[in-house]
Amino acid sequence: MMNRTSGMVRLAAVALLAAGPLHAQQADGGAEERGVQVAREADRRDGGWGTSASRITMVLTNRNGEESGRELRRQALESEEPGAGDKSLIVFDSPRDVEGTALLSYSRILDPDDQWLYLPALRRVKRISSSNKSGPFVGSEFAFEDLVSQEVEKYEYRWLRTERCGALECEVVERYPRYEDSGYTRQIIWWDIEEYRPQRIDFYDRKDSLLKTLSYHGYQQYEGRFWRPDRLEMVNHQNGKQTVLTFDDWAFGIDVSEDDFTPSRLRRVR
Amino acid sequence: MSRGLFFGVTLAWFMGTPASAQDLDLRVGAETRVFPEEPVTPGAEDASWSPSITLEPEFDVDWLGGALRLSAEGFLRADAHDGERTHGDVRALNLLYFGDRWTLLAGVGRVFWGVTESRHLVNVINQVDGVEDLDDEDRLGQPMLNLTIEGHAGGLDLFWLPYFRERTFPEFGARLSGPVPVLGEAVYESGAERWHSDFALRWTQAMGPLDLGLSYFTGTSREPRLVPEGAEGFRPHYGLIDELGLTLQWTHGSSLWKLEALRRWGHGAPFQAVVGGIEYSLFGLFGTATDLGLLAELSLDDREPERAPATLWDEDLFLGARWALNDPNDTAILGGPVIDLDSGEIFAFLEAGRRIGMSWMVELEARVLASTSSASPAYWIRGDSFATFRLSRYF
Repeated sequence: MMNRTSGMVRLAAVALLAAGPLHAQQADGGAEERGVQVAREADRRDGGWGTSASRITMVLTNRNGEESGRELRRQALESEEPGAGDKSLIVFDSPRDVEGTALLSYSRILDPDDQWLYLPALRRVKRISSSNKSGPFVGSEFAFEDLVSQEVEKYEYRWLRTERCGALECEVVERYPRYEDSGYTRQIIWWDIEEYRPQRIDFYDRKDSLLKTLSYHGYQQYEGRFWRPDRLEMVNHQNGKQTVLTFDDWAFGIDVSEDDFTPSRLRRVR
Repeated sequence: MSRGLFFGVTLAWFMGTPASAQDLDLRVGAETRVFPEEPVTPGAEDASWSPSITLEPEFDVDWLGGALRLSAEGFLRADAHDGERTHGDVRALNLLYFGDRWTLLAGVGRVFWGVTESRHLVNVINQVDGVEDLDDEDRLGQPMLNLTIEGHAGGLDLFWLPYFRERTFPEFGARLSGPVPVLGEAVYESGAERWHSDFALRWTQAMGPLDLGLSYFTGTSREPRLVPEGAEGFRPHYGLIDELGLTLQWTHGSSLWKLEALRRWGHGAPFQAVVGGIEYSLFGLFGTATDLGLLAELSLDDREPERAPATLWDEDLFLGARWALNDPNDTAILGGPVIDLDSGEIFAFLEAGRRIGMSWMVELEARVLASTSSASPAYWIRGDSFATFRLSRYF
């Protein structure tokens, strides 16, 4: 009798114990599932752009308000095979000492990207390490990892909430980099529920302190499908610096192919 | 003559058609070299401050929607003390036609082959502009016809090099010039002398983390053998060589493993030379935005000293560091010693630069002959360690 009761109690206790974490797991699993779904939807809506080109002006502002600028051109090629990343080519037009310098990137999902730099003064094509993902891109507040293609599989997700974001309603999702060498523990991203465009990203550093906020401005639709912002603003909360990227001359369906994104082609750029 | 006329007419026709894009740049530099020590050669000019100015105009224009490009690059230097260093060169003047998977370049051009930092072993197309610096990185424009073919099997470059450029040397008596003059009227192994047709090809391929380049060169060696002619001086002898070259880089995480190797026939017994090592980067050093790269490269060269051009790289170890601040001004410093493991000779260099505003650059370069061996060619310029301060403006 005693034995049975204690057995029953123990059984109930075990059931309760099991139920607790199970419940939490289910709730968590739901948030994760919903987070991934939001990311997939954003990715799906932006898929199929094929090729694109844009002209970018960067303005770097330090905490004393001093500005310095860069002008660059970017071409990108969407990967056709699932599981592979996009390819991009960035050419600098200014400052003058780096004019003609080009950066070719093959982005990967979890493996390190392949990157080549073309140095026009020496006519030299140089394969560079892509482990500096968290390093600043040309002295700006953008890290290399902020500028490469944001494949869904690069992160794990957790849906947080739905809330107003300016004039829109947003899905707020936390994501955790799965790739190595990231400078972030997590990011919180706001996607508007109308078009699933990123509106804002908060970046948390390796110590999990808020490091930067990226905001997207002036979305315009191209080809009747693809939404692209006119302006990105990255504010670093820790050092008071900011970088603004302004995009001009967005073009889709440009006449480039895989062959234009090879290291030996870098000598052709002007 | 008729070919020249055809070229001229064709060029004039294109000049008359609307260009799709054009770009004119000019870099003006003012610099001074500072030599803290006295030269060791008796009678050599003891210039401790040696200023000079440089002009580097660049022009290119595209036609046919970018399929045809005329590219021109000039270099001019006026030096206060070295008459040979006061010189001009057409670094590039060529027409490029971009086909679907091929590119044809005709004219004077510049080409770089290589992966290592301390020595540019396989880089054979362009002659060294020896009055410019000791690092072999300044090169003279090379007349060429260059066809590049690209495909999934990599890129293939074919070169016809119809004319030879002689290496430049500092004026006798100037800094870095050595104990006796380098005589004019170079001696060529080929009866065609400068007009010997040289040929080269190179195949490059990126395979995942590996970047591979295989090259072959046949023709007049860019490296002269300096043959003593009594007390009169050294006569440059340009031999005919065949050379196989290899460049290999394995990019793995923060490490770049690099190798360049060659085998050369024609300078005495066939020999091989190799330079290889690692560049390891510490990104975001101590939580800052700066990167520190650590470099180590070993150079070995089996050439016969009696029958091949002299080299400083017979058995040398380069240990260096590259520090990039990643600031808006792109401040960067690279330097370190090259140690001859056989003789103990040490050559050290430092290169630092940063941008000022949007159009200015300031640079410091130091070349230090710290300990020279009497058996080495550098022995005669051991008093010529120098630092260069350079201010450049882009227009």
